[in-house]
Amino acid sequence: MKNKFIYLSILALGFASCEPEFENAVDADYSAGDADFTSYVAVGNSLTAGYMDGTVSKGSQMYSYPNLLAQQFALVGGGAFTQPSYEDDANNLGGLMLGGIPIGSTRLVIDASQGRPENIAGTSSIEVSNLQASAFNNMGVPGAKSFHLLAAGYGNVAGVALGQSNPYFVRHATSPSATVLGDAMTKNPTFFTNWIGANDVLSYATNGGAKSDGMTPADDHNTTGNLNPATYGGNDITNSNVYASVYSTIINTLTANGAKGVVCTIPSVTSIPYFTTVPYAPLSPTALGGATNINALNAQLYGPLDAIFTALGEPNRVNPLSATSANPILIFDADATDRSAQITGALSGTLGVPTATAFGIVFGKARQATANDLVVLPASSVIGTPNASSPSPLININGVSYPMANRWVLTSTEKAKVASATSAYNNVIVSIAASKNLAVADMNAIMTSLVGGLKIMTGQIYTANYFSGAATEGQVLFSLDGVHPNARGYAVITNEIIKVINTHYNANLPMHNPSYFPGINIVGSN
Amino acid sequence: MRKLLSLTIFALASSTVFAGGYRVSIQGQKQLAMGHTGVAIVNSAETAFFNPAGMAYLDGKFNLSIGGSALFSKTRFQNSTYNWESATDNMGTPFNVYATYKLNKWLTAGLAIYSPYGSSVEWDQNWEGAHLVNNIDLKAIFVQPTLSVRIGEHFSFGGGPIYVSGSVNFNRNLSTNPLLSVDNDPADVTLDAKGISAWGYNAGFMFNPTSKLKLGFNYRSEIIMEARDGDATFNDVPTFAQGTFSNTTFDADLPLPAEVTTGLSYQVTDKWLVAFDYNYALWNVYEALVVDFANGVPTSTNLRNYQNTSTYRFGTQYEANDKFTFRAGWYFDESPVQDGYFAPETPRNDSMGFTGGLTYQVNQKLGVDFSFLYLHFDEIDNSYDYYQENGNTLPFSGTYKSSVFSPGIGVTYSF
Repeated sequence: MKNKFIYLSILALGFASCEPEFENAVDADYSAGDADFTSYVAVGNSLTAGYMDGTVSKGSQMYSYPNLLAQQFALVGGGAFTQPSYEDDANNLGGLMLGGIPIGSTRLVIDASQGRPENIAGTSSIEVSNLQASAFNNMGVPGAKSFHLLAAGYGNVAGVALGQSNPYFVRHATSPSATVLGDAMTKNPTFFTNWIGANDVLSYATNGGAKSDGMTPADDHNTTGNLNPATYGGNDITNSNVYASVYSTIINTLTANGAKGVVCTIPSVTSIPYFTTVPYAPLSPTALGGATNINALNAQLYGPLDAIFTALGEPNRVNPLSATSANPILIFDADATDRSAQITGALSGTLGVPTATAFGIVFGKARQATANDLVVLPASSVIGTPNASSPSPLININGVSYPMANRWVLTSTEKAKVASATSAYNNVIVSIAASKNLAVADMNAIMTSLVGGLKIMTGQIYTANYFSGAATEGQVLFSLDGVHPNARGYAVITNEIIKVINTHYNANLPMHNPSYFPGINIVGSN
Repeated sequence: MRKLLSLTIFALASSTVFAGGYRVSIQGQKQLAMGHTGVAIVNSAETAFFNPAGMAYLDGKFNLSIGGSALFSKTRFQNSTYNWESATDNMGTPFNVYATYKLNKWLTAGLAIYSPYGSSVEWDQNWEGAHLVNNIDLKAIFVQPTLSVRIGEHFSFGGGPIYVSGSVNFNRNLSTNPLLSVDNDPADVTLDAKGISAWGYNAGFMFNPTSKLKLGFNYRSEIIMEARDGDATFNDVPTFAQGTFSNTTFDADLPLPAEVTTGLSYQVTDKWLVAFDYNYALWNVYEALVVDFANGVPTSTNLRNYQNTSTYRFGTQYEANDKFTFRAGWYFDESPVQDGYFAPETPRNDSMGFTGGLTYQVNQKLGVDFSFLYLHFDEIDNSYDYYQENGNTLPFSGTYKSSVFSPGIGVTYSF
C-alpha cells in the first residue's frame, strides 16, 4: 500500500512537470504596431478580387491577397473581413452568367489527358443579376480602371449588356448608382490597401494596342491629351493626369477619417507570362511544312515583299524564310509605313490588278516580328490557322502567309507607350503616398525580379514563367490566364505587403508560406 | 507473475524514441534508476544487457529480472514566422526480460530480451511538417542468448549473439502542395515492413582490481535492419498523378549503430555504491534514409548525416536496510542530429536525464523495483534543410521543445 502511494506520487509529479512549454508563445511578439486593423478595406481590381485562371471562383476568392492579409490581421485585433458572396458558385467553376447566358468563361485548368489548358467543363452558376446589394471589405472589382472606382452607375445591372457597367460590381453594388469607393467607405476603414491602375494600361497591352475590333489602333490618351475618361474606349491608355487626379481623390477619401494603409505600384505588365510565353519566331522549318513549302513561300510571297520593302529603304522589314532555323511570324503593325500602293504597283504586272490590289491591302502594313515585339498568349492558338477574312486561300495562314492581326502582337512602339504610362502612374502613386505617409508595396519591383527568378527568404526560387509541366510547377506563380497570379503567387504578394506593413507601421505580422499554396490546377480529364 | 509476463510480451511490445536518435535507453529498472549506468555493476540479471561479463559474478544460482516502463514523450513545435503550432504526445512501453543460470562456478548462461530501439512519433495528420512525417512507428525486439565466464575474482568476460526482429510503419504526405490532394485530403504514402530480422552481438569484460572497484567494457555491434519488399501504399492521389504514384513495394535499410561503453563502479561503504558510464554510439553509419520503390516512383533519399555521440552517466545506490534500496542518477545525452538535419521524425536535441528509484525486497527471493526518468530538453530552433520538391529546396524550420517522463516497474527473483 505504501509503495503504491509512493509510485502514484512519483507519477503525479512527473505528469505535472513534463508538459513542455516554450519560453515565448508563438504569437507573443505579434503586434499591429501603429496600425489599426479593426476595419480593413481593400480597394482595387481583379488582383484584389482573387481573380485567377481567367475568372473569380468560390475557390480562387479564398486566396485573394486581402483575404490572406486579413487572416494575419485577425491575430492582432483585426475585425471581420467579408468578401462578395460566391455561394452561388456551388461547383467552383467560376465564369459569369447574365440572365442565364454565359458572359464569362469557367476557370482554366490543365487537362492532364490532353496536356493543355482548358476551361473546366460545366456551366457557370454565377448569375450577375442575382444582386447582393451590400458593401464588403474586399472591394476589388475585376476589370476596374482607376476612374471606374469613382463612376456612378458602374454597378447598374441595366448597363452590363451595353458595356457601360461592370458585372462583378453589379453583383454587390449597394445601389445602381453606387460607386466602388463610396461602398468601400461605408465600411469605415481604419486600414486599407489600394492597388488600382493596372487596367489603365493592361487592356491596351493584352489587346496588342488594338481596339475591340482587333485591328484599329486603340488610343494612348497621353498622346491625344483627352482628359475625359467617359469618352475613353475600353482598350485605351488612361491619361496620366487623369490617373493622378483620380488617384488623389481615392486616397483623400480613404484617409479622410485618419485611416492608414498600403498602396501598391503598378507592375510592369509586359513582364507577365501573357506576353513572354509565345516566342516571336515560333515557325520552325518543320512547322512550315519543310523546304518545299518554304521555297514556294519565298518565291511567291516573301521574296517579292522583301524586294519591294528593300527597294523602299526597309531591307529588314521582311526577309526570306529560313529552311534551317525558326522564323518570325508575319504581323500587322499599325505604326508601320503603309506600302499598299507600292505593293499593288509592283505586283500588278505579274498578278493582275485585282489580285495585286488585294495583296496591297493585306500586306501594306505587314512586317516580320522581331525580338522587340511581344506576342500575346492567345495568339498561340491562332498562329498557323487559316484566316477567314483573307481574300484568297493562297495567302490565308495567320502569321505565315497572312499577317497576324493588330490585337495579337504588342509591338515595340506600343510597348513603349505602356511602359511610359506605367512609369507615370507609379510616380503618382509614390508621391501621393509620400504626402500622406502611406506605406508603398513596390509590386513593379517584385514583378521585375520575378523575370530573373525571385528568391524568397527561405531559399525557394519563383519565376514569372508560364506553366510548362510538372517539373517546374513548384516555381510557377502565375495562373493559366497568364496575367493573374495563382494562389501561391497571391501568397507571395501578401508577404510583400506584410513586409511593408511591418516596416512602415512597426508591426509584427507573420507571413504565409507560399509552398503550402496550390499553383496550377490539374484535372485528370475534362 | 504469469499474467505480468504475458502483458509484458504482448501489450508492451512497443517503445518510443526519447534518447539520441531512435535509441531508447531503458533496459532495466534498477540500472535506469542509477542513470542507466551498469557496465561495471553486478546487481541483478540486468547485467546481461549492460555487460554480459557481470553475469558470472551474480550471487544466486538463478536470477530473473522483468521490467517495463510507460514512456510519455511530448514534443511541441512552433514557428512564429508563419504562425504554426503543432504537438505530438506519444506513449511507449519499452520492456525487458533477463534470466541467468549458474551452470558451474565459472560458467553462467543467460537469456536477454529487450527493446533498445524504437520510435513512435505521431504528429497531427497533415500538420505543417507532414511532407516529412505524419507518423512513424519503429519497433525492434532483441533476443540475446548469453554466456559469461569467470576467471577468478578479478576478471570475467561474456557475450552472445543478438537476434533482432523488427517492423516499421511510416506515413508522410507526398508534398506541401495542395495540388496533390483529393477533396482537400493531401496525398500521402504509408511504408510498412514487418518481420525484418537481423543479427548482431553483445560482448564485454569486467575487471575487479580490488573488492570495491569494478571496471567494465562492453561492445554492442552495429545491426542493419534491412526492410525488403515492404508495402508502399499511396492514398488520396489525384487522378492525374496516379500513373506515377501507384502502390508498390520498397526496400530500405535502417542502421542500428554500434555502441561502446566503458565505466567503473566503486563500493564507497557497505551500503553505498557509485558508478560512472561512458557510452559512445557510432551513429555516423546513418547517412541517409533511402527508400527504393519497385515501380517507377522516384527513389526517396532523405539525408540524415548523423554524428557519433557520447553519453555521460552517473549513478548511485544506497542499501538502506534489508527491505529498501534507493537509487538515483543523472546523465547527459548528446543528440546525433546535426544542425540543419533536424527532422521531425526524431525531433531530439541534447538532453539531461534525471533518474531515481527504489527496490522493495518482499522477501529474500523476490524484490519489486520502481524507477522513474525525467528527460529535460532545452528549447531549440532548428531546421531540416534537405527536402526538395520540383527543383526547389523547402527548408522546414521551427522551435522545438520536448520532454519525456517515464515511470517503470519491475520484479527481481533470485535464489
